[in-house]
Amino acid sequence: MENTLYTITVFSENTVGLLGQITIIFTRRGLNIETLSVSPSAIKGIHKFTITLFTTEDMVIKTVQQIDKRIDILKAYYNTDEGLVSQEIALYKVATDKLLELGSIETLIRHHHIHILEMNENFVVFEKTGHYDETQQLFEELRDSVGVLQFIRSGRVAITRSKVERLSDMLDSIQEKFEKNNGYLNIQ
Amino acid sequence: MTGAQALMHSMVLEGVDTIFGYPGGAIMPVFDALYDFDKHINHILTRHEQGATHAAQGYARVSGKVGVCLVTSGPAATNVITGIGDALMDSTPLVVITGQVGAALLGTDAFQEIDVVGITQPITKWAYQIRRAEDIAWAVARAFYIARSGRPGPVVLDFAKNAQFQEIEFEYKPCTFIRSYLPIPEVNPDQIEAAAELINLAKRPFALIGQGVVLANAEKELKDFLEKANIPAAWTLLGASAMASDFPLNKGFLGMHGNVGPNMKTNECDVLIAIGMRFDDRVTGDLKTYAKQAKIIHLDIDISEINKNVKADAPVLGSAKETIPAITQKLNEATHAEWIASFDEYDKLEFEKVIQREVHPVSGEITMGEVIRKVSEATLNNAVIVTDVGQNQMMAARYSNYSQTRSLITSGGLGTMGFGIPAAIGAKMGAPERTVCMFCGDGGFQMTIQELGTIMQEQIGVKMIILNNHFLGMVRQWQEMFFEERYSFTKMQNPDFVAIAKAYKIDGTEVHVREELDAAIADMLKDDKPYLLVVNVEMKGMVYPMIPTGASVSNILLGD
Repeated sequence: MENTLYTITVFSENTVGLLGQITIIFTRRGLNIETLSVSPSAIKGIHKFTITLFTTEDMVIKTVQQIDKRIDILKAYYNTDEGLVSQEIALYKVATDKLLELGSIETLIRHHHIHILEMNENFVVFEKTGHYDETQQLFEELRDSVGVLQFIRSGRVAITRSKVERLSDMLDSIQEKFEKNNGYLNIQ
Repeated sequence: MTGAQALMHSMVLEGVDTIFGYPGGAIMPVFDALYDFDKHINHILTRHEQGATHAAQGYARVSGKVGVCLVTSGPAATNVITGIGDALMDSTPLVVITGQVGAALLGTDAFQEIDVVGITQPITKWAYQIRRAEDIAWAVARAFYIARSGRPGPVVLDFAKNAQFQEIEFEYKPCTFIRSYLPIPEVNPDQIEAAAELINLAKRPFALIGQGVVLANAEKELKDFLEKANIPAAWTLLGASAMASDFPLNKGFLGMHGNVGPNMKTNECDVLIAIGMRFDDRVTGDLKTYAKQAKIIHLDIDISEINKNVKADAPVLGSAKETIPAITQKLNEATHAEWIASFDEYDKLEFEKVIQREVHPVSGEITMGEVIRKVSEATLNNAVIVTDVGQNQMMAARYSNYSQTRSLITSGGLGTMGFGIPAAIGAKMGAPERTVCMFCGDGGFQMTIQELGTIMQEQIGVKMIILNNHFLGMVRQWQEMFFEERYSFTKMQNPDFVAIAKAYKIDGTEVHVREELDAAIADMLKDDKPYLLVVNVEMKGMVYPMIPTGASVSNILLGD
């Protein structure tokens, strides 16, 4: 089976050790995480993980189910790139003198939509947002022309194209069921 | 009150009346509090923490209640890992409380400090460290709710020593809801409809019964379901005794050492109805040739089991207690007489090739199967059968007869040797009115032999039967079949087991020849005291039938 880039989105309670619980599920199956990004979500107290990896659809389905099964995970699902609007950010540190040797950098800045975050006599820091290919292309250009002193790229952040807002709908329906049962939900 | 006392009160409020444990430095305040709770809680001191976990498993499996363990930090916490892993694999509700160094010492490599939450997270439903006494009531309530609800499993509470001493105001509220955890999926009428339709169209339906039926207390619902449309059924190792052995639609045991009929019929049926089972590799053999001709209906409470090993044409999510009767209601009555009768030829074949020799031998050395059948008959098929792991386990599963549910307690998923003795202790504590017979090999018996001390101290009336072949028998069997009889480190020189039992003040006897067997079994069962029966069986006994690892269920071997 062909390996595809999948993006797994996980919403969790903000409890200690959650990241470990998630990553161990990948480790056990020998899956390599490509990128990982974690931050508070729009809903207070709920964190959002965005994880990318190359694998098969069968494996991503099983992995997502195992993640979803953990007690403190609210919801986990996966998408391919077609289902997402995604972005990454990259920072590039280059030597000021080398950059000045290029002469004009207007073309470079315009072509790559570069933001300059810092500039002093020693170094310049560029910022570029874009997909992996785009930030990589700029990295290669700079590396070959002026050299890159430091480079860092963030994990992917992503928003789904789907019309259904899965987490908020799910939370609402859980709360509704909970109240309908006089505060008792699925007790054995 | 102190945190330690709060823990005791919380457990009493959760209905805990039995704890298996072992004290030590980091849990001493809790054991001190336990000293005053002797009217509410019976604490059984095992001889090793692993024994405490298996005893708690035996207790939980036989009673349906949550098994509870209480141990200290560090090595005690690492000693409970096997039982926790076993409980996760076999969906057994456990709450394991480990002591931990004070919160101020966490992460400093303090004496007997180990990262319990880190170690146990992959093998628990939930693992939590209590660092403040305020969290005790909340954490205990949540632990018991998680352990027993939905698909049950083990929970670990790692209890820092400072929180055990800390004074708090105690207020307890049972946990009934966790927003990120929905233990029982709601029954979907479309799924019920789709499953019922497939069964109604089936000419050769076949049901596979797993432990999910037992965990949901749905044995009655299952019987009604099978009877309404006359569906033949077979059971997994953990589904044993969910149907009585004499139930006419019970066609036997599935899998590697299961019966011929159920394995062959898996590849002949047109609709396969899996209920509360997880298509373990020991059941399915080669997945590429498994039930390819059949439509698959899969009833499970755990969505992650659906399509995990076998793709389901009609998944049915929910508790078997609700889903089975919902399907039954939509079933047409049917007879399937010819299909049911078609199992007979395989039964006959298996009887002639395997069972006759194993269970009714007339000469030669004692066989494992005949011991099991004789014990089963002598207990009128009413005993709780506990097993260790290996040939003894497969023989016990195959040749015991079951008249009531929760009658086979065995380590299925993890396959833990040493499970037998402590699990039997727990089973007897959980079902004191029932006879508990534990079958064990000479290898497994020596893995947790120290629990004879527990049996002595508590006078726990377990009947222990060692099927002694002086070999690690199952490994030897594989060496004979697949490794050219190269018996690498499977031969055992054994101690005088009866003398060891005697040292623990446990009665026992050793049997060498067939003529002594009936009398010895009768002697063992004459009262409710602990007893050790050592039966010297044929050294190179084989468990047949056998589906070799990775082979198709249709390629079942019957031996010579």
